[in-house]
Amino acid sequence: MPTHATVLPLSSIAHGRSGDKGNHANIAVIAYTDAGFGWLREHLSAAAVAAYFAPLAPTKVERYEAANLRALNFVLRDVLAGGASRSLRIDTQGKTLALALLQMQVEVAPSADFRAMLRPVAVAKS
Amino acid sequence: MKRVRIGNGCGFWGDNIDAPILLAQHGRLDYLTLEYLAELTMSILALQKERDPTAGYATDFIDVLSRLAPILKTQPNLKVVTNAGGMNPHACAKRARAIRDQAGLKEMRIGIVAGDDLLPRLDELLATGHPFTNLDTGESLESVREHVVSANAYLGARPIADALARGAGLVITGRVADASLSVAPAAHELGWSWQSADQLAAATVAGHLIECGAQATGGLWCNWQEAPDLANVGYPIADIAADGSLRITKPAATGGRVNIETISEQLLYEVGDPAAYLTPDVVADFTSVALHEVGVDVVEISGSRGRPATDSYKVSIAYRDGFAASGMLVVFGGDALEKSQRAGTMILDRLRRAGLEFAASNIECIGGGACVPGVVQPDLPPPEVVLRVSVRDPRRLAVERFAKEFSPLVTSGPPGITGYTTGRPPVREVFAYWPALVAKSAVRAEVSLL
Repeated sequence: MPTHATVLPLSSIAHGRSGDKGNHANIAVIAYTDAGFGWLREHLSAAAVAAYFAPLAPTKVERYEAANLRALNFVLRDVLAGGASRSLRIDTQGKTLALALLQMQVEVAPSADFRAMLRPVAVAKS
Repeated sequence: MKRVRIGNGCGFWGDNIDAPILLAQHGRLDYLTLEYLAELTMSILALQKERDPTAGYATDFIDVLSRLAPILKTQPNLKVVTNAGGMNPHACAKRARAIRDQAGLKEMRIGIVAGDDLLPRLDELLATGHPFTNLDTGESLESVREHVVSANAYLGARPIADALARGAGLVITGRVADASLSVAPAAHELGWSWQSADQLAAATVAGHLIECGAQATGGLWCNWQEAPDLANVGYPIADIAADGSLRITKPAATGGRVNIETISEQLLYEVGDPAAYLTPDVVADFTSVALHEVGVDVVEISGSRGRPATDSYKVSIAYRDGFAASGMLVVFGGDALEKSQRAGTMILDRLRRAGLEFAASNIECIGGGACVPGVVQPDLPPPEVVLRVSVRDPRRLAVERFAKEFSPLVTSGPPGITGYTTGRPPVREVFAYWPALVAKSAVRAEVSLL
């Protein structure tokens, strides 16, 4: 077990994808391991995601769980500045939001051994 | 156990035009589906139809069908289901019939599914207690009624399955739920009842997974570097069994990857509550499914659960909302980020002096984290950025004037501006999206054959 807290990007323990529905976006965050999913469930709250994306001013962030996929799904309401066609942003459809969230730096306590959350190499080779 | 093999060769209008051909040739398919309609595509097609009553469908499909014709001759059991009909499925079917007849495929009946277009009935429906309240804002449609250009209900799988039961080998629809393009062939071939919620949910999982084409087979995958030969990506195939178990795969000797990661990412793509994925056919519970890699590029999906569908159709309404344009210039130099912000402000300043204020405007410095402004910043100052300035306004003339304010900056702004050779940015019409519901009882799907 590590003796210090470990800071690492969310992308070390999860992958994901984002898309749009009108002016809303969803971001799926999928843990690589069960330990990682346990950590996400405890620490990656709707409030944490809302705070991270505060500059984009979502009116509400909802979190759903899909334990069968080791996934959390976040719905960010009114975050696309009008959505496809109407939005004046370069990313009108929220395609990049998942990668932005995966760049979040997270701090994993020593008790929650981060090594058990990393992507197993076996998966990479399958 | 009886199975049906459905491949999707097109994920949106603009997708790879060779993919449907390669998938039909190498997929050993029973059905080829082709999906062309994004949320706002219908509004564009509606305007095309307004100008020309024989237009208003996805014309890419006509080229694809011409190229598919020789394959359909050698694979007479292969059937095609597509929403290419857009705003004008009858006109699309007439063009398809001409291709069919030319190719000597006269025995292939063409099924047409229409009735999704509610625009001609909109006032009648509003007057008879269907308010089309905005699902997001709760506003009444009256506020934008005069600007509406299209209003389409998302029909389900049943009318498509009816067309197949009547012998259609090609079914052309207007707006239907994307997943229903797969649910219909599965229900038709596997003899499911429309009350078999678990099976319909399984086919909905399959349809949802393959509807965006290569997004299920390695496209957009976070670990995309591990997908072999993504340039030759294979398009997805759903192999569905009568009991509702299914496999997602792709043709042999193609690039890309189908594994738990790619399938998990796509299963949650554009999803709200994963326990309640609403379609006209069923309420599918994506949290019920189990994924297993049963081979290289084969993921088996079991345990799909569903509940009966709601008694409403979703309706996608688009209305005119002014005009917009976005122009770009490249800004180079040690202080590129600050310089491009100032240059963008100058453009809007000069327009203000010319008497023009815009309803909305935006200055972006691409290279400085513009995709998620304020959330992600560059670690080091970028050597150059792309300045992008956009406006939206009800007045077309004002937006056209805006489009002329980019090139002056090349000689009258800060040094280091280049990349202006693309000319004045085009002015486009803006359509706003209005999601609503309508009682299923108020909509009648129309099935006919050519």
